[in-house]
Amino acid sequence: MAKGDIILEVRDLTASVAGVEILKGISLTVRAGEIHAIMGPNGSGKSTFSKVLAGHPDYEVTGGSITFMGQNLLEMEAEDRAKAGLFLAFQYPIEIPGVSNASFLRLAYNSVAETRGWDELDPLEFDDFIREKIQVVEMDPAFLERSVNEGFSGGEKKRNEILQMAVLQPSLGVLDEIDSGLDIDALRIVSQGVNQISNDNNAMVMVTHYQRLLDYITPDFVHVVSDGQIIKTGGKELALELERRGYDWVREEFERRTVTA
Amino acid sequence: MSSSLHAVVSQPYKHGFVTEIESESLPKGLNEDVVRAISAKKNEPEWMLEFRLKAYRHWLTMEEPRWPNVDYPEIDFQDIVYYSAPKKKPTLNSMDEVDPELIRTFEKLGIPLSEQKMLANVAVDVVFDSVSVTTTFKEKLAEAGVIFCSISEAIQKYPDLVRKYIGSVVPYTDNFYAALNTAVFTDGSFCFIPKGVACPMELSTYFRINNEESGQFERTLIVAEEGASVSYLEGCTAPQFDTNQLHAAVVELVALDDADIKYSTVQNWYAGDENGVGGIFNFVTKRGLCKGKNSKISWTQVETGSAITWKYPSCVLLGDNSVGEFYSVALTNHKQQADTGTKMIHIGRNTRSTIISKGISAGQSNNSYRGLVKIGPKAHGARNYSQCDSMLIGPNCQANTFPYIEVGNPSAKVEHEASTSKIGEEQMFYFAQRGIGAEEAISMIINGFCKDVFTQLPMEFAVEATKLLGLKLEGSVG
Repeated sequence: MAKGDIILEVRDLTASVAGVEILKGISLTVRAGEIHAIMGPNGSGKSTFSKVLAGHPDYEVTGGSITFMGQNLLEMEAEDRAKAGLFLAFQYPIEIPGVSNASFLRLAYNSVAETRGWDELDPLEFDDFIREKIQVVEMDPAFLERSVNEGFSGGEKKRNEILQMAVLQPSLGVLDEIDSGLDIDALRIVSQGVNQISNDNNAMVMVTHYQRLLDYITPDFVHVVSDGQIIKTGGKELALELERRGYDWVREEFERRTVTA
Repeated sequence: MSSSLHAVVSQPYKHGFVTEIESESLPKGLNEDVVRAISAKKNEPEWMLEFRLKAYRHWLTMEEPRWPNVDYPEIDFQDIVYYSAPKKKPTLNSMDEVDPELIRTFEKLGIPLSEQKMLANVAVDVVFDSVSVTTTFKEKLAEAGVIFCSISEAIQKYPDLVRKYIGSVVPYTDNFYAALNTAVFTDGSFCFIPKGVACPMELSTYFRINNEESGQFERTLIVAEEGASVSYLEGCTAPQFDTNQLHAAVVELVALDDADIKYSTVQNWYAGDENGVGGIFNFVTKRGLCKGKNSKISWTQVETGSAITWKYPSCVLLGDNSVGEFYSVALTNHKQQADTGTKMIHIGRNTRSTIISKGISAGQSNNSYRGLVKIGPKAHGARNYSQCDSMLIGPNCQANTFPYIEVGNPSAKVEHEASTSKIGEEQMFYFAQRGIGAEEAISMIINGFCKDVFTQLPMEFAVEATKLLGLKLEGSVG
């Protein structure tokens, strides 16, 4: 991937959960080197979009297409999407009692290694590798020995998600409300982590409620999702305007446009 | 019964015995003569026969327990062979006749093909080589004064020791299956660690049920004298081909002052197929007596096999400051049923016990923890900590916890924690999103869940147990 190459191409995507249509025609193009922010009111479909991208089994795609790195993403299992370089940072990371963070990370790394053309790492090699990576999220090495997410604070869980992204080095990072429940220090650390991982060869799609995340991570595009559609796209200044004026005016503007069209 | 009547009644049976002797097997059924015949076959002293007969007569008055949370058809105790030697075992003509599922299991357990071929002779214990373990190290053990031999041999060679301790922890009156076992047991292990001796190696018995159908009623007795210590491993890692078979073992442990016994089991009897056809009925009584002060008995079990498991390895904490431990992983899949747990009976002062139980249910199985913590009136300062965690895999299995707590001393402290979790779609999705496949994910989740128990197992056993759980759960999710 070089800067500007298309990583993700979503066309007229519709999806439902338990028979209820949530996404009603999303189209989005993401290129290498870009950071996209997806904003919108609660229940607009932001999180659904990120889960559909990752292949969550509860969500049924009813129409449209998703191309990821030239492959038909909708034909791939969640596991294969991850191997191909799609990473989802979870809004609510799962706890795995009794499994050390280090062994989980190593298993994940080695699981994707073959697809990515990496060598698998034994525990000693991985130890060297991971000690470098934990600096990305200013994490104490003691974290590696703790059970995955068990007893972690909200901020620690989110940092751990970013650490996993640093380890798996995806082409596309989908960050689902990575800023929720973070205090200001944790927000800074998480954001710095994302900025360090972000480069010309990968892209980020960040789902967020708050503009404050965008103070730390500068998006190239801000999309407003409402009722399962992207109703407005702009630059980073759009986020500031949303912060000031809320979402209603965007909705009204969108409805006027669709009526006149 | 008059002697003539007795002669008439027992005649057909005696004939049966004579004809059967060539095949080293008694005919089906149980009566006093069968008990006598087993004892005679083993050339046992009179006191042993009396012990068996008392147990048999008592058994006749007992009812089969129906309180466990398991369900199975009536067992016809007259339809069981109570003594049978290896020659009677049906021989497989070639590897082609071995269940392919079994071959795969052995491949995955890392047993090379050449050894698998020996399986065609149905000498499954050859694979585990238990005989050579006991014979190879007998001399070295003897140098340390440790006795390790079969219970039959012990009855011949060390009758006084056996007589002193057998039935002292699990009396024949204890329960239906203990009485039955006492009447008809045919083999088992005997360990005696004399005063002050730390057993120089881990003792292990891979159960001989595989080449001796008589092993269905085995009897194990372990005695650690003052200050002695021993770690004993019991492996039941061999699958079985048969339809439901009754396995009713009794294990007794005795720890005198300052003695320490660690007893580890990995139980993988044949569990029946996916539809619940076949498998072992595993009705086992295991109990340790912390007889002396500062003594300690620790049970660690990984129960993965058997169609039905009914088993409560327990500790009677008689000596002051004695310690009882129970670490258990019980896994049930398909239509397996397990009702297992422990009893910690605190009698002495400052006695302490720990219970860590991990139950995993998959398929349509039913997994119950049943445990009793009893603090006697004189057990001042007694303490117990119990933790019972259950994990469910899939929507059709069951997990139950039946804790019984009886506290008869106000200074006692008893803690009980329980949790139930589910390997759910969200967890599996999390792993998948990190590129980790379903089988590996489950294996990792399960091993994490069981970690507190696996760390108690000797190294090789822990590795074996980890692999086993993975094998057992294959295909249960996804």
